This record gives sequence, structure tokens and C-alpha cells, in this order.
Amino acid sequence: MGIENLILGFHVAITPYNLFVAVIGITLGTIIGVLPGLGGANGVAILLPLTFTMPPTSAIILLTSLYWGALFGGAITSVLFNIPGEPWSVATTFDGYPLARQGLGGQALTAAFTSSFVGAFFSIVLITFFAPLLAEIALKFGPPEFFAIQLLTFSSFVGLGGGNPIKSLVSILLGFILAAVGLDIVTGQLRMTFGFVDLMKGFDFIVAVIGLFGIGEILLTVEEGLSFRSARTGMNLRIVLDTWKILPRYWRTFVRGSFIGFWMGFKPGGATPASFMSYAFAKRFSKHPERFGQGELEGVVAPETAAHAAGVAAMLPMLTLGIPGSPTAAVMLGGLIIWGLQPGPLLFKERPEFVWGLIASMYTGNIIGVLMVLAFVPFFAAILRIPFAILTPVIVVVCAVGSYAVHNTMIDIWYMVIFGVVGYVFKKLDYPLAPLVLALVLGDLAENALRQSLIMSQGSLAIFVTRPIAGAITAVALLFFALPVLTPWWRRLHGPVVPGRSVS
Amino acid sequence: MRLADLLTASFLALLGGVVVFDAARLGIGWGTDGPQSGFFPFWLGVLMIAACAVILLQAARGAAGRAFVTRRQLGPVLKVLWPAVALVVLTQWLGLYVAAALYTGFYMRWIGRHSWLAVLAVAVLFPLATFFVFEKWFLVPMPKGPLEAWLGQ
Repeated sequence: MGIENLILGFHVAITPYNLFVAVIGITLGTIIGVLPGLGGANGVAILLPLTFTMPPTSAIILLTSLYWGALFGGAITSVLFNIPGEPWSVATTFDGYPLARQGLGGQALTAAFTSSFVGAFFSIVLITFFAPLLAEIALKFGPPEFFAIQLLTFSSFVGLGGGNPIKSLVSILLGFILAAVGLDIVTGQLRMTFGFVDLMKGFDFIVAVIGLFGIGEILLTVEEGLSFRSARTGMNLRIVLDTWKILPRYWRTFVRGSFIGFWMGFKPGGATPASFMSYAFAKRFSKHPERFGQGELEGVVAPETAAHAAGVAAMLPMLTLGIPGSPTAAVMLGGLIIWGLQPGPLLFKERPEFVWGLIASMYTGNIIGVLMVLAFVPFFAAILRIPFAILTPVIVVVCAVGSYAVHNTMIDIWYMVIFGVVGYVFKKLDYPLAPLVLALVLGDLAENALRQSLIMSQGSLAIFVTRPIAGAITAVALLFFALPVLTPWWRRLHGPVVPGRSVS
Repeated sequence: MRLADLLTASFLALLGGVVVFDAARLGIGWGTDGPQSGFFPFWLGVLMIAACAVILLQAARGAAGRAFVTRRQLGPVLKVLWPAVALVVLTQWLGLYVAAALYTGFYMRWIGRHSWLAVLAVAVLFPLATFFVFEKWFLVPMPKGPLEAWLGQ
């Protein structure tokens, strides 16, 4: 049942126009991934207003291609400049940068791109087969189930996100509060506007993403001085082919990384832990663990495979449940709503050409992407040699343009600046930003699911535990919320190390 | 770091208080056809205050630690922040394109000490390129000022 749908999808994805869109997306995405302060989520947010006039399928292909490009671009800065563009690129710098310093940057990049491709491809194949099944199951879900899944989404930030769980909770609450500002579509009342006309529209998540991740990130980067460091790379076909001859040796790491990535990835915030976990496993099972951190090729392969498998897997819950697994997926979900599509399981029934076109474009996009970045690394790396005093104003202006374009209002540019400062302060104080953005996107959906559930049950919260599926999901969510409290208690009971469970 | 932590948590708790106050106005109970408008925000606000109280306790108990931002770090951060604010103020009066030209040119000369020729080239070409991509190609209008009005755009 999957194959003919996939063929239908390829008919959509391989039109010349959509291939052209994919190439544009990957080029822009790689540039955005290389530029400091601009990442996948933000690039997608800035370009979103430009897609309003495009057909939805081409629009989503543009944005997903941009995302693949940004993932590849992040690897370039991690390896050559020791700047992890995204949190899940941090583990790539451990061995990637030492390799580049030894003059093996070409090998490290080839390994990084190839592993990204393998990890992504693995996840895409799994999505092709699992997405329709999951959507089929999700069709039977009612509001209580959807609210339970939202609860699970946010509980995993609190319980599994690492860092201070209370601060994760505050980020989530702040996102929900900002989402509630403005017109309440159910009752038609104005909430938290305090008589200000500008507050009636509420806060748009696109502006929040651009401010928090764009402006905030630049402010954080320049703390160490007004410049970006740079290094050189030798990259040619010979290096690529030679590296490809070595890489099959690490097939175990590829397989392990892909599985870890996919498994962690379809839960929110999973890419970063997946990359670290994969790196830790590779080091543990390696014959030369002492070489890790000194410039071991396997230390690039492991985190890149997992991070990209996870990055792609984050699309699975977005497509089937309408619940994004990462900030970038959240922005795309917002796009779906703007293009007039209802995200969720019904999408598979109502707009198969859209869903399968998107899935097929994941195959084509990643194949085009890996070939393009392999061919044009020197060009993309040269972007960071543009002087700081030109790059910074250009990035700020592009961010301002992106914010204004959402609603054509000046106030949004001001919000962007304010969100930038908030992002800077939050980052420094260890408040995670991803849950804030997700809560801002999902706020209305979550509130409606909660309200409808309560209407169904005449106001009793028991509805979330008595329905079997909702009950099971709620139970897991509550467990995740309780994890930060349970873990120290469990450790005290069983001594400092739990045998067989310690990973890192 | 501790002072910044305390201030941020206090501010967020205050925000939670504002939310609870507004929710109480809207009604937090059961209306004729389901939960009232203030129901969801009320509990968000209550949880926010509770969570911030925990953070305040944690921060107050913890050591002061390193500074939130050193004087050496604050300089460059402000050198990015205030010109960005100036860009937004100028955009309001002059439109985005002229403001972007002034901002880019000023920044290149002030921070980068680039030659006037380079400054002029980038400050003119970059906003012009932006204009054609957004205004002409994608038909996304940007804020415009007196210059555009004079040119008849």
C-alpha cells in the first residue's frame, strides 16, 4: 500500500519546478546553516512568508530542503570553525575540528556529509513505512488523546531534556501564555491585551523564532569579540573517493547511530541527546577509545548519523499527529496551517499528493543535498570569510525583513528585538528555548484539545486516564514529569551508579 | 549570575501574577458551554508562579557564581544591540531600505573600518538587492519612507 503512494509522491517531487525549488532550498539552507546566528528553525521562519503565494507542496519542499541544507551547513562550521551551529552539532566538533587542524578537514567533512545522508536516509525509509500506519492509528484519536500526546511532548522536555527541569517548565508555560494573548476564538473574548490594540493579534511564533534564535544567538556569539574565526579546507574528488573507501569500515557505527537517532528523534528535543549518545556508544565499542577527541573519523560519523536520523524523524509526529518534534518542524507546522492545510492524520486521506510529495522530496532533497555540499564546500566555507562588520548587519536586516513580512506590521520588528534580548538572557540562565517555541506554536491546539476533552467529560479530568490510549500516554507523560524528582531518589536507593544503565 | 537569575524569576512570577489577574477577570470556571476563557491561562499563571518560586529558592540558596556578563563581554554585545535598535527606529521613519543602507554603511565604517568605497557599494547594493527580491520577485511589501514616496514606489 505504501509503494504506489510513494510513486505518486515521486511524480510530484520530480517535476522540474520542484527539483529547482529543492536546489534553491538546499543552497539557501546551507548558507543559513553556515552563517552564525541563523539556523534551520530561523531560516525556515524567515522564508515562510515568501511561500504564501506558492503551491503548498512546492512550499513545503522549499522549506524541508532548506532544513536539510541547514543540517549540512551546520556540519561545515562544526568541522572547519569549531562553531556548532546547532546544539546537536556539538558532538561533531569533538573530533571534526581536530581533524581539520591536522589538515584532514576534507576527510572529516566527507565523513560528516555521508553520515548525515545515511542517517537521514534510514529515517526517511522508516517514515515511508511507519507514517501511514501511525496516521491510521491516529485517525481514531479524539481530543483527550491529542491533549495526552501534547502532555507527553512537553513532559519529555522536562524529564529528558537535561538541564534544570523547573526552568524547562517555565519556558513551556511562557510559550503557552504568549500563545494565549489576543482573541480567544472559542468565546470571542480578548485575553491579556489590557486595552492595547497591538496585543490583539497576539505573538507570532515566527517572530519569536527569529528573535530568540537569530538575534539572541548573535548577541551570544559576539561576547567573545566582534569576529568569527576561520580555517582552510582542501576538498576535491580524490579526497571524497578515498574517504568513501574507508567509511564502510564503520558500518556498525552507522547502523547504531541511525537506530539511536530515529528512536530518540521522534520524541521532541531528541537530536541533541541522540548525537551525544551515539558518540558515547561509538567510543565505548571502539578498539581505540583513546583516539576519540584527538581526531578520529568514527567520532564524526557517530554523532552526525544520529543527529540527522533524529532531525528527519522529528518530521514523523508532525506529519501524522500534527505535533512537531523540533523547533524547525514546529515552524513548518505553522506553515501548513497558513497554507490552509489541517496538520494531522487526516492529511494522509485528504491531501495524499501533499504528504507523499513531501516524503518523496525527502529522498530527492537529501540526495541532491549531499552531492551539492560535497561539490561546493569551498564556496560555502568562504561565506564565513566575509568580514564581521558586513555579515552582522546583513543578518540583522534579513531577520527584520522576515519578521515584518509575517503580518506587515512594524510592531513585529520590535517584538523580534525584544525576543532577541530574552533569548540572550534565557540562554545564559539555562532556560531552554525549544520548548518555548513549541508551546507557542501548539498553544491554541493544546488549549482546544483540553477544552473539548473537558466538554466531553462535563469538566472531569478523569477523561485523560479512563480512556485506554489517552490513559497510557498520560501515564508515561506523568512519569516523565516526575523523572527529575524520581531519579535522585532512585540513585540514593541503589547507590551512585546503576549498573548496566549508565551510558555516557 | 545569581542576581540575574533572581531578577528573571521574579519578573516571570510577576508576569504569572498578571496572567492570573486577567484570567480572574475573564472567569476561570465553567461557562454555559464549557470552560471559560480564563480557565487555561489561570492554571498557566498559577503554575508559573509556583515554578518561579522554586527557581527563586534554588537561586537564593546557591552560590553567587560567576558574573552574568562581564564588562568585557557586555561591550561587544551592546555594539550589536544598540545599532539594531537604531535600525528599527530608523525603519519606522525612513522605511526599511533606507534604514538598512544607513545601518549597514555605519556598521561597516564604525566596526569594520572598511574603505568608503566598499561601504558605499555594500550599503547601496544590499538594500537594492533586498528590494528586488522581496518587493518585486516575491511581492512582499516592506515598510517604505519618504525616499520611496519621492521615487514613486
